[in-house]
Amino acid sequence: MTNPPLDLPAHTGSRTTRVLGAAVLVGVATMILLGFFVAPEDDLMADSVRMIFVHVPSAILTYVAFSVTAVGSVMWLWKRSVWWDIVAHSSAEIGVVFCGLTLVTGSIWGRPTWNTYWEWGDVRLVTTLILFVMMIGYLAVRSMGGDESAVATRAAVVGVIAAINIPIINRSVEWWADRTLHQQSSITDGKLEDWTLFTMFLGIVVWGVFYTWSMTHRFRIAWLERELRDGDLDEAIAARRAEAAASGGAS
Amino acid sequence: MTHLGYLLAGWGITLGALGTYAFRLAVRGRSLAARVPVERRRWMTSEDDS
Repeated sequence: MTNPPLDLPAHTGSRTTRVLGAAVLVGVATMILLGFFVAPEDDLMADSVRMIFVHVPSAILTYVAFSVTAVGSVMWLWKRSVWWDIVAHSSAEIGVVFCGLTLVTGSIWGRPTWNTYWEWGDVRLVTTLILFVMMIGYLAVRSMGGDESAVATRAAVVGVIAAINIPIINRSVEWWADRTLHQQSSITDGKLEDWTLFTMFLGIVVWGVFYTWSMTHRFRIAWLERELRDGDLDEAIAARRAEAAASGGAS
Repeated sequence: MTHLGYLLAGWGITLGALGTYAFRLAVRGRSLAARVPVERRRWMTSEDDS
């Protein structure tokens, strides 16, 4: 007698992800409202300051995502935990999206503010680009075929090395103050208006919720991919066994 | 509003990229979940999805 089929959904969503998704939509709508109609223009940057509401949250979530990848990578190397390996991989993919957005929005913001889209002499720009390229490399390593465990180990090493760059990027405007177009920390120097600061923090929270939503879905996707591979493997082994038994019985 | 073109480009690319990524995740999840037997979708419970 077979068990009745479980009433499970054929997707990676759940009640939690739907709540998170709705929160992101409401959050983005609020950000647009506050960012374009409530937060005042800046004395120096005029309206281009409104780019801060998408640029800074993207940069912060880049740090968060790649830090999670580094932690997951260390846990894989230490405990050989598949769960942590999937966390590291999922977070790296989302981090690449955020890092790409940090570079693009920063570049667009740079044109009206610094009169240039890119400056090779700016340490923060270049170190962020290096981080982006390293994490693209991480994903490239992950997409290589071969032994899953070996691929995870190689990727974990890249993930840990790349994370060394995070504090360098963050502190670069202090350490190389004469070699950057970036201003020093805007959050702690009290130069931002209250609504600007509030909207920027709201952006960080909304991007954080989006990251959580994406991580949940991306983790489940990676899990499904693994289950699918294992299922195919089980079937292949069962078929070989049946084949061997049949040929053994025939001889 | 000054620099409106830059602002629309920056915000548009950001929201467009995040929306596209989210959509692709959802589609990829549906496609994979349909191919994996129900007993292997371990994290999902009917209670959570109700």
